[in-house]
Formats: sequence, structure tokens, C-alpha cells
Amino acid sequence: MKRGPAKKRRSHKESFIEKTLAFSAGLFVMVIAVITIFIFSKGLPVFLQVGWQDFIFDTDWRPTRGIFGIGAMVLGSIAVTVSAMVWAVPLGIATAVFMAEIAPGHIGRMLGSLVELLAGIPSVVYGFVGLLVVVPFIRQHLGGNGLSVLAGAIVLGVMILPTVINISRDAILAVPKEYAEGSLALGASHHQTIARVIIPAARSGIITAIVLGMGRAIGETMAVVMVTGNAPVAPNSILAPVRTMTSNIVLEMGYASGDHQGALFSTGMVLFVFIVALNLVVNRVAKAGGINGKK
Amino acid sequence: MAKNKWYDRMITAAFWSAGLFIVLILASIIAYIAVKGISAISLDFILQPPSRAGRAGGISTTIVSTVYLTLMSLLIAVPVGVGSAIYLQEYAHSQSRFGRLVNLIAETLAGIPSIVFGLFGFVFFVVFLDLGWSILSGSLTLAIMILPTITRTAQEAILAVAHEYRENSLALGASRWQTVSRVILPSALPGIVTGIILSIGRAVGETAAIILTAGSSLGMPIAPSDPARTMAVHLYLMAMEGISAERAFGTALLLVILIVIINYLANLSLKRFSQAVR
Repeated sequence: MKRGPAKKRRSHKESFIEKTLAFSAGLFVMVIAVITIFIFSKGLPVFLQVGWQDFIFDTDWRPTRGIFGIGAMVLGSIAVTVSAMVWAVPLGIATAVFMAEIAPGHIGRMLGSLVELLAGIPSVVYGFVGLLVVVPFIRQHLGGNGLSVLAGAIVLGVMILPTVINISRDAILAVPKEYAEGSLALGASHHQTIARVIIPAARSGIITAIVLGMGRAIGETMAVVMVTGNAPVAPNSILAPVRTMTSNIVLEMGYASGDHQGALFSTGMVLFVFIVALNLVVNRVAKAGGINGKK
Repeated sequence: MAKNKWYDRMITAAFWSAGLFIVLILASIIAYIAVKGISAISLDFILQPPSRAGRAGGISTTIVSTVYLTLMSLLIAVPVGVGSAIYLQEYAHSQSRFGRLVNLIAETLAGIPSIVFGLFGFVFFVVFLDLGWSILSGSLTLAIMILPTITRTAQEAILAVAHEYRENSLALGASRWQTVSRVILPSALPGIVTGIILSIGRAVGETAAIILTAGSSLGMPIAPSDPARTMAVHLYLMAMEGISAERAFGTALLLVILIVIINYLANLSLKRFSQAVR
């Protein structure tokens, strides 16, 4: 009886703490809901008014006259992303294989912390270096004014390397050692084992790495806006200037109002839906490919 | 057989050059900025406020803004992130429906481009809640952006704490919260700190979301309702408007130095964490 009230107080305190903690986890649900509601409520009106096909595919963007077609920017995002991936994905996967399978342990670990540093460098710094090194180099050696798809591809490629490398390396490291041992015992060489046993077994992780790298490339803003020239026309060559969807938002948000601002939110909404869909697909792929013993 | 050996050697050489190329990229970026920026950095550059839109003076107000925004966003995100990690790992179960939902949301948030967070922060904090372009709007937006990193690292750190600790504490009659606060959190602390340090790195470098929510005023921010320009935003505006190459390089070098220090600290605390768990 004597201990009754104290115990009661304690259980009150316990349940209060539990509720507070549950509330903080619940905040995640609220945050994603509020983000979705506000992006859609600002972006949907112009999107529906223009019509989704015209908005996404029409390449005529004259916001001051109320003509909103982001087709040129969609193409711009695709052009820059694909050309960045063309060189960064093979290099990234090769580096991941090198770190996990070929380099001696201490070199692999050292490279790992350098890749982390590469991931930590702010995107404006990449854009700044791109603007002062990559752009003049293209102008002098390849022609055009240098602000181009190619400049964007080079800068973006470097920026997605850490994503591709880290996730691929983890996938390769997660392949059970027995697979490699079995292959080597059957007389396959180290390289044959890597190409025909380890990489196929790590497939789902490597695909995740590529898709997340792609998401990162499409969503990147500051570095791209600094090196691609930002002309809102569909690019006709790799040396042509180009404007991506993200650049479009950051360049015009400063002065846009009314429907023009709404159209920028529609652009953001398209990006948001695309990236969320991409992440959900990756989540499924990662789960389906449980052969690595991951997740 | 001889042909095979040559082939093998060439493949090995190709892999080594891939690794070497990554080192080369990183080294040349850092060396370029260091060589070009070192002459701009002086005590005055760090301590003097900018004048004439950044053409003269130092960058003191942008350093203060960066630190202010980062600390405020941590103040918001750390309790929420660590709190939800504790809830998911110790109270609910991370494999429960609710746990999986929260983790899926965290993963989704981590993938959303920063410009979309900027748009959201602008329409929600700046306009709807009428907080204006301010430190407060900026740090609330940033807090949402770093939340996934903090909660994921905290969950991993809590998960790594040995089961015996938990069971022994409960067996000795400690309550759940006593077990969490006196047994689990102290052992998980270095892991949680690692996540916080990584988030600081993200907050320091963020630009797109900050420019839409905190503005680009060069004044010294005092109250949380003041607008602010961070170092990263300052670098962007100086580079795009061709204001002062020398000062832009100085700012870029300071940013890179900060990131190198932050990464070093993160590695250090990660090492301590793996020792503590072992």
C-alpha cells in the first residue's frame, strides 16, 4: 500500500514518455502528408488547367504570356542525367568491385573514406569548380560557349559516383563468401568469379545503386544550374545549353507570381511524384532480390 | 595459358585505374580550390561583414547564418529523430506495420530533391505559417531534410546495443524508460553522434532549399525571424553574378575545410562507436 502512489506516478511518467516518443514517430507521417498536400495544392491547378500532356510534353515555355510547357526542361533533365550516367555508372561499379574484391583491405577502406568526402562536398562547390574549370575547357577545346549538356554531365557524374559506389560495394560485400569459394574451387579464375558469380549475385543491390544515382542526378539543382547555360529550349547537341526541371524552379522562383509560380510548383510536383515512384520501385526491387541475404 | 595471364593482368590494371581515377578527381577538386582560395582567406575575411553585395569585406555574416541555421535545425531534428528511433526500436517493433511505414517514409524523404523541400518550405513555412524568409523557416525545412539520416543512424546504433544489457536492466527491476535512458542511450550515443555529425555536413552545404526559405539577405541575423544568407548561398550568388572570384574561392575553400573536418569527426566517432559496441 505504501508504495502504491509512487508506482502509479512512475507508470504515469512511463506512459507519458511512451506517448511523446510515439508522437515523434507519428510526425513522420504528418510531415509527408503535409508536404504532399501543399505541393499538390499549389501545383495541381496550373497542371490541370494546361492539361498534363501539354504541360509535360509541350516545349513552349513563355511564362509571362501564360504558356506553360516544360517539355524542353523534361528533355533537358533526361539528357543531362543519361549522359552523366553513361560514364559514372560503369566507373562507379568498377570502383565498387575494386574496393570490395581486388584492393588490399587498407586501400579499400581508405578509398571508402575518400568516397565519403566526395559525397560530403556541397553541390555549389561542384558547380563552382565546373563553372571555372569544366566550362572553359569545353569552350576552348570542343567549341560552343561551354555551358552545355556535356558540362552538366561531367559535374553530375562526379556527384552521383558516391551513391553508385557505396550501394554497389555494400551489395558486393553482402554476397555470401561460399559463392566465391565454390566458384574458385571449381577452377574459375578470380576475374571469372567476379564477373559470373559475385556481380550476378549482387545484381539487385547494383540496380538499386543505379536507380538511386539516377534519382540523385534528376533532383540535383545547384551544380547543374551553374554549368548548363539554362536556355529553355530542347537541346540538339551535347554542346548545346540546356535547362533542367530543377534549374527552372530555382531560376524563376525569385520573381514568379500567380500562375507562373503555380507552374513552377507543377514542375516540382512532377519531380516529386517521379522521385517518390522511383523510391517505391527500388524498395520493391530490394525486397524481391533478397538473394543476397540483405533485408 | 600465357595469353590468359596477360588478360588477367590487364583487367586488374583496369580496376586499379578506376580506383585511382576516383582519388584523382577528389584530389584535383580539393587542390584546385585550396590553391586558388588560400590567398583570399585571412582573419579579416572571416571576421569582417561583407560590403557592397560581397564585392568587398569578409563573409562573417554568412558564417554566422550557416552556424545559426545548422544549430536550429539540429535542435528540431535531433529530439524528433532520436525519439522516433527509440520508439520504433524499443517500444513498437521496427518490423511492425507502423514501424515499416515510418521507415518507408524516412527512406522516401531521403530521396526527395532539395529543391522540392525548398518549394514546400516556401509555401508552408514562409507563406502559409507566415514566418517569412527567415532563420526559422530555413531551419524547419532543413530539419525535415536531415531527419532521415538522424533517425536511421540512431536506429542502427540502438539495434547494435547487446540484448543482454537490455534484459539485465529489465531483470533488475528497471522500468522501460530507465533502461532506455540509462543503459541503451549511453551505449548507442557514439552512433547517434555520428548521424548528427553527418547531418551537420548536409546542413552546411545545402543551398537550393535555403535560398527559397531563408532568403539571401546579407545582414547579421539576430532573431530567428531574421532572413539570412549562408556561405553556400553566398558562394552561389557570387559565382552566378560574377561578383568577386577571389572571395568566391575563399568561401569555397572554407566550406571544403569545414566538410573535411566534419567528415574526420564523423569517422572518429564511428570508430569509437564500433569499439564501444565490441
